[in-house]
Amino acid sequence: MTVSEQMDAPATAARDRDVRAEDAPRDESKVSAAVVTINKPARELYDFWRDFANLANVMENVDSITVDGPDRSTWSVKAPGGRTVSWESVITDDRVGEYIAWQSVEGAEVRNAGSVEFRDTPGRGTVVRAVIAYDPPGGAIAQLIAKLFQREPAIQARRDLRRFKQFMETGEISTAARTRKDATDLPATHTTAA
Amino acid sequence: MRALTWHGKHDVRVDTVDDPEIINPRDAIIKVTSTAICGSDLHLYDGFIPTMKSGDILGHEFMGEVVETGPKSTLKKGQRVVVPFTIACGSCYHCGKHQYSACDNGLPADNQDIAQTLYGQPMSGLFGYSHMTGGYSGGQAEFVRVPYSDIGPIVVPDELEDDKVLFLSDILPTGWQAAEFAQIEPGDTVAVWGCGPVGLFSIQSAFLMGAERVIAIDHFPKRLELAAKFGAETLNFNDTKVYDALLEMTGGIGPDAVIDAVGLEAHGLFVDNVWDQIKVSTFTGTDRAHSIRQAILACRKGGRVSMPAVYGGFIDKFPLGAFMEKGLTLKTGQTHVQHYMPDLLNAIAEGKIDTTFLISHHLPLENAPDGYELFHDHQDVATKIVLKPGLEKTKVEMPA
Repeated sequence: MTVSEQMDAPATAARDRDVRAEDAPRDESKVSAAVVTINKPARELYDFWRDFANLANVMENVDSITVDGPDRSTWSVKAPGGRTVSWESVITDDRVGEYIAWQSVEGAEVRNAGSVEFRDTPGRGTVVRAVIAYDPPGGAIAQLIAKLFQREPAIQARRDLRRFKQFMETGEISTAARTRKDATDLPATHTTAA
Repeated sequence: MRALTWHGKHDVRVDTVDDPEIINPRDAIIKVTSTAICGSDLHLYDGFIPTMKSGDILGHEFMGEVVETGPKSTLKKGQRVVVPFTIACGSCYHCGKHQYSACDNGLPADNQDIAQTLYGQPMSGLFGYSHMTGGYSGGQAEFVRVPYSDIGPIVVPDELEDDKVLFLSDILPTGWQAAEFAQIEPGDTVAVWGCGPVGLFSIQSAFLMGAERVIAIDHFPKRLELAAKFGAETLNFNDTKVYDALLEMTGGIGPDAVIDAVGLEAHGLFVDNVWDQIKVSTFTGTDRAHSIRQAILACRKGGRVSMPAVYGGFIDKFPLGAFMEKGLTLKTGQTHVQHYMPDLLNAIAEGKIDTTFLISHHLPLENAPDGYELFHDHQDVATKIVLKPGLEKTKVEMPA
């Protein structure tokens, strides 16, 4: 039995980072988790997420994700100085309508892993719980990575999940911008009405 | 376009800024024909609301003509619409329950952090009311980008002129919701603190909902006169001990329901008020709250407290003991405008509710800074100011 299973409180609420890491796909120390309830059926949300190319619509740091095969995708993420960092990711667990886990393949510049769980909740839609883990910055690329994940990863995960909720519930992502050039808070691929 | 922008405490200006554009599929662009200054705009004007940025366009009570629509908007060019001040998506769990001001999606994802930290959960977006409520450009402008335009704006018939329907955007539904939250039963006595627009509309609404007596409390004679016109008994707190008078008038029982339509900038020289003001000005507190304290003390045992007044942060000396021991019920919240608009539009069309009595001034948008000064410094004369875009700037005489 893990530590988190002995507690009543959810692992995502633990004060101790190592306890939270118990739920992560790997044992990195940089782990963030977020939870949101979305007013749509679990299967619809799973289907959207399972086609990883869609995620660039809701993840602010992601430029594009191309699907290379049933389990493989290439992630391209915004980096400072106009360059992008890419890595290949492979799905490590997949239960239709319920759960997806993925991680970067051997040799990725930024080692990372993630999982998302969908649980139907009668009358409320679906509880979506995401866990993202990545290698803490080190060595030569430390500064780059630090800038890459400018914000606390936990904040980034929470904001990305909110955008996922907005996109699935409303068909768009809320922005207060008055003009299209000011709409910098929208992910690059978000289809505007323009 | 021309727009009223905020630059700091008591510093608002009409500037030329970029026109709004359609960004999302459900957007519409509205050409504003009428836009009002709200009492809650004075909280921004006085610098009480955090997360304002220089250049923000104010205004959340507006209406106009649809001039552009996104592909998913249900509006049509040329329609006249009144726009609710709450920005709600219509698709989330809360919108499904008609709790529009609690919409999950009206705030941009990044702005939700501020409200989540301060309030526990993020609320809906609001037009022209700080970055905590989204940072949306407001309606005191020639044009406005209206998100989720298929859910919010209500189309109004041509025969109802602007002055008759403009207040559907905020203060009429807010006054109505306040009376509804007071859960009025036939025969009730209802006391209303504050005879500004929301207080006056809640007085009208309380009578329509079956209140036997409404007692109106303020210190501006003109406002008390308006309250009396709707059948309210009036108390001027400058020359009356409000608690004593309320108990005397209700045979020692206290009002069955109390409505606080004053909020975080209560006027009056009371000990708690002065203390609150010191704390606000030294940044150790945010709200002045004399009216809600007095309302709770006066309310009868088992009575109802309705609080349409805007509070932003923390208050001291909330009479929690009185609240608990007397078994009071408190209902409050930003208004679920979209829920009330259709019925209230019908009530206006049928002549059951008149809102035009409130308007004391029509001014060109170009004179908006004069309007703020007038509304701020001369509330006894300026009961409500409506701004009109497109008119030449004029000379505004300030009362002596």
